[in-house]
Amino acid sequence: MNSSSFSRRGLLIGSSALVASSILSTRVLSAAPPASTVTPELIAAAKKEGKVVWYTSIDLKVSEEIAKAFETKYPGVKVQVERTGAERILQRIGQEYSSNIHAVDVVNSSDASHLVYWKDKGWLEPYVPEDVAKFYPPEHKDPDGTYASFRVFLCIIAYNTSLVKKEEAPKSFADLLLPHWKGKIVKAHPGYSGTILTATYQVSRDLGWGYYEKLAQQDVLQVQSAAVPPKKLALGERAVQADGVEYLILKEKESGQPVEPVYATEGTPLIIGPNGLFKAAPNPNAARLFQSYCFTPECQQVNIDIGGLRSAHPQAKDKPGRVPLGKIKLMKDDAAAVLKNGEAIKAHYVKLFHV
Amino acid sequence: MTALAATAPVAKRRIGFDPSMPVLLLFAAVLCVLIVLPLAWLTVYAFTDKAGTFTLANFRRLMVDAAYFDPLLTTFMLATLSAIICCTVAAPMGWLVARTDMPMRRIVRVLVTASFVTPPFLGAIAWELLAAPNSGLLNQLYRDLSGQTGGAHILNIYSFPGLVFVISCYTFPYVFVLVANALDRMPGDLEDASNILGAGSWATARRITIPLALPALLAGALVAFLQAMTLFGSPAILAMPAGFHTMTTKIWSLFQFPPQPELAAAASLPLLILTVILLRAERMVLGHRGYAVVGAKNSEPRIVRLGGFKWLALALTMLVLMCPVFLPYFALLNATFSKLASHIVTVNNFTLRNINFVFLELSATELAIKNTVILGILAATIGTAVAVVVGHITARQAIAGHRALGFLATAPVAIPGIVLGVGLFFSYTRPPFVLYGTLWILLIAFVTLAMPAAYQQLQSAFRAVHPELEDASRILGATRLRALWQITAPLLRTSVIATWCFIFVSVIRELSAAIMLFTSQTKVMSVLIYDLNESGDLAAIAVLGLTMLVITFVIVAVANSLPAFGARRAA
Repeated sequence: MNSSSFSRRGLLIGSSALVASSILSTRVLSAAPPASTVTPELIAAAKKEGKVVWYTSIDLKVSEEIAKAFETKYPGVKVQVERTGAERILQRIGQEYSSNIHAVDVVNSSDASHLVYWKDKGWLEPYVPEDVAKFYPPEHKDPDGTYASFRVFLCIIAYNTSLVKKEEAPKSFADLLLPHWKGKIVKAHPGYSGTILTATYQVSRDLGWGYYEKLAQQDVLQVQSAAVPPKKLALGERAVQADGVEYLILKEKESGQPVEPVYATEGTPLIIGPNGLFKAAPNPNAARLFQSYCFTPECQQVNIDIGGLRSAHPQAKDKPGRVPLGKIKLMKDDAAAVLKNGEAIKAHYVKLFHV
Repeated sequence: MTALAATAPVAKRRIGFDPSMPVLLLFAAVLCVLIVLPLAWLTVYAFTDKAGTFTLANFRRLMVDAAYFDPLLTTFMLATLSAIICCTVAAPMGWLVARTDMPMRRIVRVLVTASFVTPPFLGAIAWELLAAPNSGLLNQLYRDLSGQTGGAHILNIYSFPGLVFVISCYTFPYVFVLVANALDRMPGDLEDASNILGAGSWATARRITIPLALPALLAGALVAFLQAMTLFGSPAILAMPAGFHTMTTKIWSLFQFPPQPELAAAASLPLLILTVILLRAERMVLGHRGYAVVGAKNSEPRIVRLGGFKWLALALTMLVLMCPVFLPYFALLNATFSKLASHIVTVNNFTLRNINFVFLELSATELAIKNTVILGILAATIGTAVAVVVGHITARQAIAGHRALGFLATAPVAIPGIVLGVGLFFSYTRPPFVLYGTLWILLIAFVTLAMPAAYQQLQSAFRAVHPELEDASRILGATRLRALWQITAPLLRTSVIATWCFIFVSVIRELSAAIMLFTSQTKVMSVLIYDLNESGDLAAIAVLGLTMLVITFVIVAVANSLPAFGARRAA
């Protein structure tokens, strides 16, 4: 009672300390799993599986470039790129999973709300690549480790410089509503493209639906993918794009096509494109290897240099000649709100634009 | 005993088990399941709401909501205009090719076949390249020639007239083939008689030839109407950018966001009912002879001499054929080899990068080509086999209920491709047959869609073969199936090969059902091209489209020229 090392008080203090620390440690346990490194065993297992199926909404040529970079680094593991719009990817994965078909390994979506949705359904596998754990800021990764921002980009207005003079070019969303742009605008669809859905949410939140009501009167050429308006601009089919991905405009401009980005004075919608890995992936080791590769400075630099994308990795270097992200007025992204309002936004859009 | 032994042994007819009956019944059962199951599910979905209770609310919504009624009206106008244009163009062409001495008739027939083989959605994309208001090659030519600048254009493919034009381009072969065949087979006796009685060639044409060809023309008009009404690819490519829906694109969009399968099913039924009505009308017009095949016993058709007009006729025909064949193929070739699809290929502009991209970098290509060829061959073989057996059953009236079987075999023509896709999706994404995600569901869709035409082709071929030969074989002891396999099928060889090729071609160009049923591992080339169009990769589309055409032409040419398969011989 007095000389033994375990006095009652000590026992009480000790046990309460134990209980307190176990409470604290359960909080730590529910957070992301520890960072995973790429081990030779993982590479060997991936080579045995031989392929990874990547559902992505990144423009096809850029996706295939990223795939090629991965295949060059890890020969023996092929990447099967399945590219379609983010909203279609959601529908396809939903259809496949409800029929018990597990075809997809890794998914990249320009609609960040989808990753939240899949995580809530329990379909995503928590897996934290080393780079994500070490370098990525908290707003660019899921606290439970199921996804992180593979790419960051903008949805911008742009124009064809051989059809529109610099002084006459639109500088804001309001400019697009002027009568002389009628019949000259191309725009993509939020029912197909996650980029456009996210942008439509941000613009309708900041500028109101009145903007879209007036835009619907401008005889726009309605295309599906946000990757199409930059291509239509380069073809010379329309003079101005009301929305479309920035990375293709930058790529085209740098390869000599007559296009020019416009960062609207009211703000430019910011799009985050996370990458996530599925629990029921048919090629789990190849999927982990690919996911780890995606967040390396190497792959992020491919995104920037070849893809025209921007990156959340602090070690990735911006390409000179492009306006740095810090200098652009951005609209705020909100994946949870897009998840909540997505269907209503699409329905409202279809009502205004008829298709 | 001696009395019994005295009689010479007579070859008794085997009263053993004749496997023909069960096999025929099996085919009949399979056909029933193929066609009735999706339609049943479609009806169930159309008449129930999400809770499963019976309701007519889906139909009410269709009639009341302009978003659903307008596409119905648009589709109707589209189909009517297309049918009229097709008849106006194809009938004279059919007459010129079958009944006059216009030069290069054979080539014209081949070119019309080429335009039949071209998938309509590929033609729509090619016409985008040609007639988009600003970047279209033809509009650029117009601006160069007229000196205008800016947005001046004479053609805007993203419009209702644009859509009608493209659909007509790829539907007129149906009318042409029917009219030309009818005129080919028409005996010359009646026209001879008319000439003998003093009518000139024009009066004869007007009062004899044309009325005799009229049933074929009407049948062709109905087929063209149905085809135009049920196309999905062309409206998706041209109407949506222009801001309007047709019934097929609306049905498809009801599966996109958020999925409303009940409305999709309800929207499918009017298309189905309209088709059935039109087919009944066709039946009433043609009577039960159909477009009768007349045997070779009658005389050769008389050729009308055009004199100087034949060059004019040829020029006009070639002008017409520019639209489905020459111009689009040129646009596709241009997009394949040019760095930018809106620029004409020049020495500076030439590149093989697009071909390189599609075959070496695009990861979906290999799988898509493999799936397409496998499905094409399987569907053609199975479809031909089923059509041969069912055609035999109905032509020889082999089992009770053969009339119902014949009806079932032609029933799918009343089902638009996308409606069948919807029905199959409902049927095979639930136990006991979960075929979604496999190639089987696509196989079922393709065989079902191709069955009517295959069956009709083989049925008329069967009628041309007299049953005496089969009967003789059966009297000597062969079962029905053996008689079919050893006697009738060889006689039908050319028809069987033609049917095989026909099914193969229709599988390759099928999009409306495939777009509902594919998954990433079971993608076919038509769906890949559609995906690429949504993401704007025009050069890749051009390369894949030309590949599709090459595969089709090669397989059809091979099938038709192998001597074992009944190549053209004297007789």
